[in-house]
Amino acid sequence: MGKIKTRYGDGSPLEMSESELERDLEEGTADAADRGQIAPLSKEDLQHLTDIFCSPYRFVSVEPGNEVVLSYDGAPLKMWRTQISVNRIQCLEIYEKLLGADTLELGHVDYSYKPIKPIVGFEQPLMEKALMTTTAPLFYGAMPNLGLYSQPDGPFPNPAELMPMGKIDEARQAQEAAVEEAVKDIVFVAGSLYESGADGIILDTVGAAGDADFLAGLQATEILKEKYPEICIEFGMAGEFVLGMHGDLTYDGVRLAGLYAQDQVKLAEKAGATIFGPVCNTNTNKTAPWNLSRAITFMKACGEVANIPIHVNMGMGVGAVTVHDNPPIDIVSRASKGMVEICRLDGL
Amino acid sequence: MGVGDPLGMAVTHAIASGMGGMRAAGDLVARMQMTRGMKIKEAKKYVAEKLGVSVPDLTDPIIMSEVRENLEIGTLHPVANHPQGIEAKANIAKVLDIDINCVKRLRESR
Repeated sequence: MGKIKTRYGDGSPLEMSESELERDLEEGTADAADRGQIAPLSKEDLQHLTDIFCSPYRFVSVEPGNEVVLSYDGAPLKMWRTQISVNRIQCLEIYEKLLGADTLELGHVDYSYKPIKPIVGFEQPLMEKALMTTTAPLFYGAMPNLGLYSQPDGPFPNPAELMPMGKIDEARQAQEAAVEEAVKDIVFVAGSLYESGADGIILDTVGAAGDADFLAGLQATEILKEKYPEICIEFGMAGEFVLGMHGDLTYDGVRLAGLYAQDQVKLAEKAGATIFGPVCNTNTNKTAPWNLSRAITFMKACGEVANIPIHVNMGMGVGAVTVHDNPPIDIVSRASKGMVEICRLDGL
Repeated sequence: MGVGDPLGMAVTHAIASGMGGMRAAGDLVARMQMTRGMKIKEAKKYVAEKLGVSVPDLTDPIIMSEVRENLEIGTLHPVANHPQGIEAKANIAKVLDIDINCVKRLRESR
């Protein structure tokens, strides 16, 4: 066959031969298998990916019957970022009625639990009003974002400044103190929105500031689940493995630093999460076939051990989706189809 | 899902692999994941049985429009004198035999 049109991880166009495509698919899965100590994709899986990338059509989709549930993060913010003049309830109505959304999510423009705490009294009535007019399940979402607890944005000394000075113990103590405050903020805000009727809570981009951030998410989930046994918590990750910014934190006896998706999900389950959102980062210097083969290898391993529903993160820059604000539909649709059909997924 | 402009991200995923939301039965299958922690196959089977349809019917907008109107569980195009919003959700809770947080709290506050 002729040249296959695809893209690099940054979205720039690229043409490949079929043998180059197959080589990148094999190298992508081998990289994930090596890093995650997991099984590479089978020959059948790689052939399915070859067929998806060889499709001459600009858009591809799953076969009927393979559809999955979609959930979102920061949904109303996508419209605000493109300067559409709508309020947040109108955003939800547009997602529900015009964009085929299976679930909805209300979120604040400063999408972190800490800044929402002082204004939660304004977020609650908005949630209550949105629940009156919408039909689909409605989440409230935000990030633990432990970075906001470090000086100059927060009360504690900044670990990123302490570590280069060799003050490792002080950096660790600052992160441990931040975890305590973050857990209080998450529980307060999430609990308030749940008491206003939200169908679920999204803890998004958990682990963005490293293992302490991940620990805050786990501890907050555990407390919320104990306080509200019926609460739904979607626990979405930030990166493909947990950065060891502290390096010595554990949960349930497991060291958090360095955990990949297939190990993260077990701890999220233990803490009480209802849905888990694993992540695999996109490498901008590699091709879309390399990135998708690699991402699917990680996500498949996660799906195989998960007892709770899995919604893989497939936004810009993750899940083989290109790193660009305007993701091209040729790559997003191929990533969507490949991810759903090869992994044991419940949603995206 | 995640960031990206709504057409490149939300619309593309919805058409490539989504269940169609309330155009079909995506919101109902999502509720079973959220309230009972069901995996996708179990959730689809449960919803199909409760609605009296087959699993493939769940993503068919023509069939599901009729089912949703008959069961009064909310339709994409509102029908006069039919439930919308929280009233539709009260019926969804009954049809799926689940608790819906806002409906439960509304009942308790009365």
